[in-house]
Amino acid sequence: MSDTGTQEHPIGLYLKVWGWLFVLSFFSYLVEYYELEGALRWSLVLFFMVVKAAVIMAVFMHVMWERLALKLSLFLPPLVLLVLVAMMAIEAGYIEGLRLMFFSQ
Amino acid sequence: MSQNTDNTPGTADDFQGLVADWSADKETFAMPWGKLMMWIFLLGDTFIFGIFLVGYMAVRMAAVDPWPATEEIFSMTMFGHEFPLLLIAIMTFVLITSSGTMAMAVRSGYMGDRRKTVLFMAITALLGLTFLGMQAYEWATLIFNYDIRPWGNPFGAEQFGAVFFMITGFHGLHVLGGVIYLTIIARRVHKGVYENKGYSIVEITGLYWHFVDLVWVFIFAFFYLL
Repeated sequence: MSDTGTQEHPIGLYLKVWGWLFVLSFFSYLVEYYELEGALRWSLVLFFMVVKAAVIMAVFMHVMWERLALKLSLFLPPLVLLVLVAMMAIEAGYIEGLRLMFFSQ
Repeated sequence: MSQNTDNTPGTADDFQGLVADWSADKETFAMPWGKLMMWIFLLGDTFIFGIFLVGYMAVRMAAVDPWPATEEIFSMTMFGHEFPLLLIAIMTFVLITSSGTMAMAVRSGYMGDRRKTVLFMAITALLGLTFLGMQAYEWATLIFNYDIRPWGNPFGAEQFGAVFFMITGFHGLHVLGGVIYLTIIARRVHKGVYENKGYSIVEITGLYWHFVDLVWVFIFAFFYLL
């Protein structure tokens, strides 16, 4: 496959994305600055994180211009990490229980 | 960047096209092999960082002592006012800026502007070095001023140090590797090595660099903010 000069992405799009990344990072910093806590903090931080990651992948890494075959190859495999998250969360809860039972004074 | 505009069955970017890509007698992924290899490497790297972050979750959930408050450890006083996570926020902005300049380098590369490509890659590498410098300062502060060690610290759960040094250290190594990679490729672009081969190499380097930025987005959220 030759890709000779068919890069027509407008510079404005990159600058826009760049600006948005700054704004979103600033917002997540504000969450810290105003010491928001609990579910609000978690949802805001995770929301900004997901949007930032999506924008970086879609535009900066050009995924939005790739074919479905590549997109699925990139996004489906990491989903198994969710299985690991679930298993390790159960395991961690169990270990904490053991520690509280046997190692707390 | 391949653009399919004809209407032959299986060339559209839908489910039909997906099936055709995988089953037809041709390359599945229509892209330079180096780019595909980089994507596969990054997919593997995703699992490495994913496993680090899952490990961090498990260790933090299982810790009986309270987890140290990052906003206090990483706070900085400026103009007589205490800002939480100030250095980390600046590091985040530096890395985002470097991602922006890298995107510009890729674009200049495909437009055939060698001088600008080298310039933007050099700026990206310099921003990467700036990030590393600030990270070195952060590590030094934590080790010498706050007495944080991989096996313990005065703020709470012992596992904090191990997680911190492991995750930020591994990310820092990636940034260092990226700076070296960028320098080598920028030098070769400057020498005109890619005049005939095409400039997809700049995009491949860019993929790696953006990935390093991407990982930082997750570290910033999970480790520092939550």
